[in-house]
Amino acid sequence: MAASTDPAEVPVLGPGQTYATVTDRISGVVLTKETPRGWLIGFGIAFLIVMLMLLSLTVLFAKGVGVWGLNNTVAWGFAIVNFVWWVGIGHAGTLISAILLLFRQEWRNSINRFAEAMTIFAVANAGLFPIIHTGRPWLAYWLLPYPSMFQLWPQFRSPLLWDVFAISTYVTISLLFWYVGLIPDFATLRDMGQNKLVRRIYGIFALGWRGAARHWAQYTRASLLLAALATPLVVSVHSVVSFDFAVSQVPGWHTTFLPPYFVSGAIFSGFAMVLTLAIPIRKFYHMEDFITDRHLENMAKVMLATGLIVFYAYIMEVFFAWYSANEYEQFMIYNRMTGPYAPYYWSLIFANGVVPQLLWIKKVRRTPWILFIISIIVNIGMWLERFIIVVTSLHREFLPSTWKFYAGTFWDWSLYIGTLGFFFALIFLFLRVLPMINMFEMKELVHHLSHRGKEH
Amino acid sequence: MSELYGLMAKFDTPEEVVEATRKARAAGYRKMEAYSPFPIEELAEILNFKPIIQYIVFIGGVLGAITGFGIQYYASVIAYPLIIGGRPFNSWPAFIVVIFELTVLFAGLAAVFGMLGLNGFPHPYHPVFNAKDFTQVSRDKFFLVIEAADPRFDPERTRAFLESLHPEEVTEVQP
Repeated sequence: MAASTDPAEVPVLGPGQTYATVTDRISGVVLTKETPRGWLIGFGIAFLIVMLMLLSLTVLFAKGVGVWGLNNTVAWGFAIVNFVWWVGIGHAGTLISAILLLFRQEWRNSINRFAEAMTIFAVANAGLFPIIHTGRPWLAYWLLPYPSMFQLWPQFRSPLLWDVFAISTYVTISLLFWYVGLIPDFATLRDMGQNKLVRRIYGIFALGWRGAARHWAQYTRASLLLAALATPLVVSVHSVVSFDFAVSQVPGWHTTFLPPYFVSGAIFSGFAMVLTLAIPIRKFYHMEDFITDRHLENMAKVMLATGLIVFYAYIMEVFFAWYSANEYEQFMIYNRMTGPYAPYYWSLIFANGVVPQLLWIKKVRRTPWILFIISIIVNIGMWLERFIIVVTSLHREFLPSTWKFYAGTFWDWSLYIGTLGFFFALIFLFLRVLPMINMFEMKELVHHLSHRGKEH
Repeated sequence: MSELYGLMAKFDTPEEVVEATRKARAAGYRKMEAYSPFPIEELAEILNFKPIIQYIVFIGGVLGAITGFGIQYYASVIAYPLIIGGRPFNSWPAFIVVIFELTVLFAGLAAVFGMLGLNGFPHPYHPVFNAKDFTQVSRDKFFLVIEAADPRFDPERTRAFLESLHPEEVTEVQP
């Protein structure tokens, strides 16, 4: 850990923090009777947008997927774009909580809790889209293998079915991982709660946790094992999502580099979303001591690294289209760059390829408002990327007689925006009722940092 | 007819509780437990406690893999054989993804529920919750409890021993 002992570096924890101050500061946000006005306004707006989502779903269920802009040629529209986008956002949470735990990156401790929350809320949104895209969501359980009266079984050689298993495993493991991390913190809230009801409710979730050394030993080992399981899982999830495309014959989809391209894109967009959330949250709740500029800088570095991989993939797509000597592949790229969706394509190159290059500059990585703007641009860019992948490949496939144009309708957009509202409404609720930063890991960090101080 | 669960010493720093636990172990006490707001690896080592959760996780993973392959084999070969793309019914390379996912799922479930089960959760009542100031265990204090069930336990001598470790306070824990 040479970097953290360098006096010029910004620390991962503000000065003067003790076990007690860490606990009081973080639990204080939850255990107060006063709800900040900013919270009420933010939640109110998000909640209104949730109503828009419910309205869009009602219209969809009443009238069918015809209210969307889908047609026979472009049968995968916004639903799949949004699905891939939301799953991708979830990946940063698992990366921070699992992979960085295995690599013993101490800076992850203060951001892992809400990054994991973000994962669960994003994957919840992601799971919604394929289910409603089936057209008859009340029959979604047909996707699962079970002995049915029809004597039918799922087709296990299809990536679409692999997706069912990948996403449901992912959401289950993420939720469990999140809950396990919360148990000792629930105990803290139980012990510090001011009134009986609060103590009782958090006490139920704490399951009787009392910080016994033997419990901690099983607990930390179980957490490490979960992290070790979640690490290949998160890589597998977006790989399987990419198989939905790569296993088909469609030009632009049928390539071998799609899995690493998708996984790095997922981490890229996920870190962008973590920054989008972390920068306002730390400002609003004055958490600068816990989420320091060092955290933001490290996340910016991860974004830069994964952004470069993604940009490399964009270049390789073009190269392989030419190198394959396949006229359909070549036309696909030509159509992307100059066809009806060219403005989307070039905006995507600008947002994901050009803008992240600013992150090479240290000053940019250290300036929260610039990072915030970049993170928003990357979020939009990653949505465009999925739109480009889904739509430009499909709308002009092999047979010119089937060529069609595709655009989202009002209900496409309203549902997409509605899920954003749902996501932010859940984030607001999370901030109010759960500790946004993992308290026991922060205390562990205080302990480690104090030891390191003594050694030097 | 013990009216006492044990004696509890309260400490201010992790170093003190580690030292106290080490000394109590050296003094021959076995039925004891240390409590802390965050995991301290040395404590479990001193108490000579080795977690066994990894075996449960391994078994979970193996069961998951068997289930994953079993479901797919049964569905694709026995219950509903369909020729897809000219592949054999038991086209195992195509089954790898689901096998992997179910391995992770079962192993993960085993890790969480195994951990909870081994720790005896949910465990809503425990004598240490009766002790004064024990709510601080989840905030910033460290505790060592020597149980009355320990053969070497003696209310007077154990209290004197705990006092010799310079705790902030020694209290009785009622069952």
